[in-house]
Amino acid sequence: MSKKMQITLTVNGETQELLAEPRELLIYVLRERLNITGPHVGCETSHCGACTVTMDGKSVKSCTVFAAQANGAEITTIEGIGSPDSLHVLQNAFREHHGLQCGFCTPGMITRATKLLEDNPNPTEEDVRFGMAGNLCRCTGYQNIVKSVLAAATELSAAKEAAE
Amino acid sequence: MNDLSPDRDDRIANLKGLGCSRKRVEDARFTQGKGNYVDDIKMPGMLHGDFVRSPYAHARVVSINIDAAMALDGVVAVLTAKDLEPLGLHWMPTLAGDKQMVLADGKVLFQGQEVAYVVARDRYVAADAVELVEVDYEELPVIVDPFKALEPGATVLREDLEGQTSGAHGERRHPNHIFLWEEGDKAATEAVLDEAEVVAEETIYYHRTHPCPLETCGCVASMDKVNGKLTLYGTFQAPHVVRTVASLLSGIEEHNIRVVSPDIGGGFGNKVGVYPGYVCSIVASIVTGKPVKWVEDRMENLMATAFARDYWMKGRISATKEGKITGLHCHVTADHGAFDACADPTKFPAGFFHICTGSYDIPVAYVGVDGVYTNKAPGGVAYRCSFRVTEAAYFIERMIEVLAQELNMDAAELRRINFIRKDQFPYHSALGWEYDSGDYHTAWDKALTAVNYDGLRAEQAERVEAFKRGETRKLMGIGLSFFTEIVGAGPVKNCDILGMGMFDSCEIRIHPTGSATARLGTISQGQGHATTFAQILASEIGISADSITIEEGDTDTAPYGLGTYGSRSTPVAGAATALAGRKIRAKAQMIAAYLLEVHDNDVEFDVDRFVVKGAPERFKTMKEIAYAAYNQAIPGLEPGLEAVSYYDPPNMTYPFGAYICVMDLDVDTGQTEIRQVYALDDCGTRINPMVIEGQVHGGLTEAYAIAMGQEIAYDEMGNCKTGTLMDFFLPTAVETPHYTTDFTETPSPHHPIGAKGVGESPNVGGVPMFSNAVHDAFRAFGLRQSHMPHDHWRIWRIAEGLGLHG
Ligand code: FES
Ligand code: FES
Repeated sequence: MSKKMQITLTVNGETQELLAEPRELLIYVLRERLNITGPHVGCETSHCGACTVTMDGKSVKSCTVFAAQANGAEITTIEGIGSPDSLHVLQNAFREHHGLQCGFCTPGMITRATKLLEDNPNPTEEDVRFGMAGNLCRCTGYQNIVKSVLAAATELSAAKEAAE
Repeated sequence: MNDLSPDRDDRIANLKGLGCSRKRVEDARFTQGKGNYVDDIKMPGMLHGDFVRSPYAHARVVSINIDAAMALDGVVAVLTAKDLEPLGLHWMPTLAGDKQMVLADGKVLFQGQEVAYVVARDRYVAADAVELVEVDYEELPVIVDPFKALEPGATVLREDLEGQTSGAHGERRHPNHIFLWEEGDKAATEAVLDEAEVVAEETIYYHRTHPCPLETCGCVASMDKVNGKLTLYGTFQAPHVVRTVASLLSGIEEHNIRVVSPDIGGGFGNKVGVYPGYVCSIVASIVTGKPVKWVEDRMENLMATAFARDYWMKGRISATKEGKITGLHCHVTADHGAFDACADPTKFPAGFFHICTGSYDIPVAYVGVDGVYTNKAPGGVAYRCSFRVTEAAYFIERMIEVLAQELNMDAAELRRINFIRKDQFPYHSALGWEYDSGDYHTAWDKALTAVNYDGLRAEQAERVEAFKRGETRKLMGIGLSFFTEIVGAGPVKNCDILGMGMFDSCEIRIHPTGSATARLGTISQGQGHATTFAQILASEIGISADSITIEEGDTDTAPYGLGTYGSRSTPVAGAATALAGRKIRAKAQMIAAYLLEVHDNDVEFDVDRFVVKGAPERFKTMKEIAYAAYNQAIPGLEPGLEAVSYYDPPNMTYPFGAYICVMDLDVDTGQTEIRQVYALDDCGTRINPMVIEGQVHGGLTEAYAIAMGQEIAYDEMGNCKTGTLMDFFLPTAVETPHYTTDFTETPSPHHPIGAKGVGESPNVGGVPMFSNAVHDAFRAFGLRQSHMPHDHWRIWRIAEGLGLHG
């Protein structure tokens, strides 16, 4: 065990200061120290995407980021994407289009999808399939996930147009 | 006098009952990251467990030194078999009547086997301590081939069974032999095959794979020494069975054990078994007095818990020259790994494999299954299927294609002329099943028409010609599959698990203001029970599904049930739910009659109320009736409105379906592209079409994975070569095909609402569909059989073998 480091993270808008070993992974700091259990662990090898969070504007797999690397970063997890009183369009779309079953991949999926739509507000089906390929789902066969993301894209752009 | 609005159609819509695509109630918490999975559970003082695992597939354990590990700051205990032995827990019984080491007792029999269990302050310290446990091994010869395991003089794997010439399923004819299980008339089948006009013979291997749910297995055990109560949270597909097993093993009485399955991140059979991690965590919690969490990592999951399949199926099928099938013979060599831990009903060591006559009217048949020990992981779970049904479906659907080739016939037509006809149901199969209902011809014709089958065949023929002329390097395969599932285990008289009959249960409480809570013995792992069971109930008791809470998975509150696997929840617990609902309705009828001052028989149920016959304006809604049940003294009736039902199904249910896909396949790269998948399912009465469609998509994707790349592979040393998601294929959104779903609806005649179960059908039917497409693409060039998984390399090798690379 090596010496602990002082780490500062901004998670879902709140600044968190904590001591962590340099080897501690971001996912465990989030889940076990900060009790942010939305992001899940499915593989710890960067394959499944269940642990996806947004870090400084990028989708990252928090199972392969050391907390120390995240020092000073802004992090958004599923908990910071919508609230019970005002769900994110994607959260509604996943429910509306049956884009989830066991729900284990869902926080990572939705977190990834927020970023995907930010980068590409009008994706084609192929864009969505490609852009979500870092997130595995064992239950849904993806078809309804893709449908959910496309529906959310349409709704978001309509809202944006209306606002303009 | 009552107001008659809203009208009847609105009242039906408000119920959100059977047949509507009700949105799921589970989704609110999952989409907001508020699911509660086992690894989310945190308890004060909780410790973490981790395993030292064997790097060898077969070795003697000479010594284990835990001193260095114990000396590490934060390590609380290190358990070995020696510590468990005084408790009698160093071995545990398996679901299949064998026993399995909890921690290595003198030797290890597969790579990844549990050797010691470390308990520490947190998961990092536990992992450090695992590295510090020194184990001395002495390697032994390894057997990974079940045929070699049965050779005379082969190394004896299970020395603990030495000298035992019979096991839980009869005679063992070799030290590495587990059982021979037989069904059907062997002599008569052989006689038919000997005389037959045409016989096709083939060996079909259904490779070893793994359910690999996105969440791995885990538990938190918490022994409260003050009250003498053990609480066990975990990824259990059958919480009550786990409670009974935990009680039998630990000696703690069942009422002092509470087993809770929280949200489960997919199961697919992986979470049916009882694993050493559960036993060690319980012991560790008893020893330390603290809660102990154990969650396996992905590599442990793939290497040690619950493989599926690994069946070598040697088949012979006979027919007349016109293609009428006359007999089927099958011998299976089943690789069960180091311990027979297959999750099957006790009396069926090969599960329901004898559904392998499929959807066809085959007059005589025989199957024999030899179970064999090898140096591979134990398990043998039903990966999204009902107890070896997927193996059976794959076998018969390949044999049909092979026979079609032998006869030089179209495989769709061969199926059609051999289907069990609608008028033959209930149909008694040669291997002893009573198929409850079906209409195969209608489903098949609908499917063939939907895909324009004749057009596809014409296109394929043109493609072959173009290929021969050197104009394309791509071939086209049409994958056909018609399957019959057998689900809903099962009649208690012949289906049990560890002696517990496979019934299921439901308990309903109607609250005074007209809402309800129902508890079941099952547990959802993504199937959406909280949504669909409320729909069943809504239609039965006339209370909106939105006003019904479904609870599962807590043995302190739920009635005893056998759990969720083998597509049994809808057929069994769904029936219990409907019948408990009918008990509520029966009492409600008496209350309504009393309130309306008429005789019981003068009122009838109508959507959400009881109405005086012939006087629709005189009624009492279920809400009013519920209130009356609690606030009025009704002569001759107990207060309250509750019911419980335990349902023992009279028979299994037999969902079926017709699946067709079209695949383009590059001969030079072995790459495949699925152009179209059409899946028609008949699961009887449809409770929630949206959920059914979702299940079909998911099952097809798992089938696609299995057929096209997913496997658990070993080298000759018994090293598992597929222990991470890098090597173990899980398709992404990019490879996964697009699906078109369809249905016919043939209700089960013996199920209270006619439902049959659907979750596993797409896996059962999907695997042969994808595999047949690969075979079909090469049929014109003479390919008979090539084993799955059909990854690019293997497809390239087929083309190479057929001389297509010039
Ligand atoms: S847990 Fe991070 S990618 Fe799987
Ligand atoms: S919903 Fe279960 S893994 Fe995606």
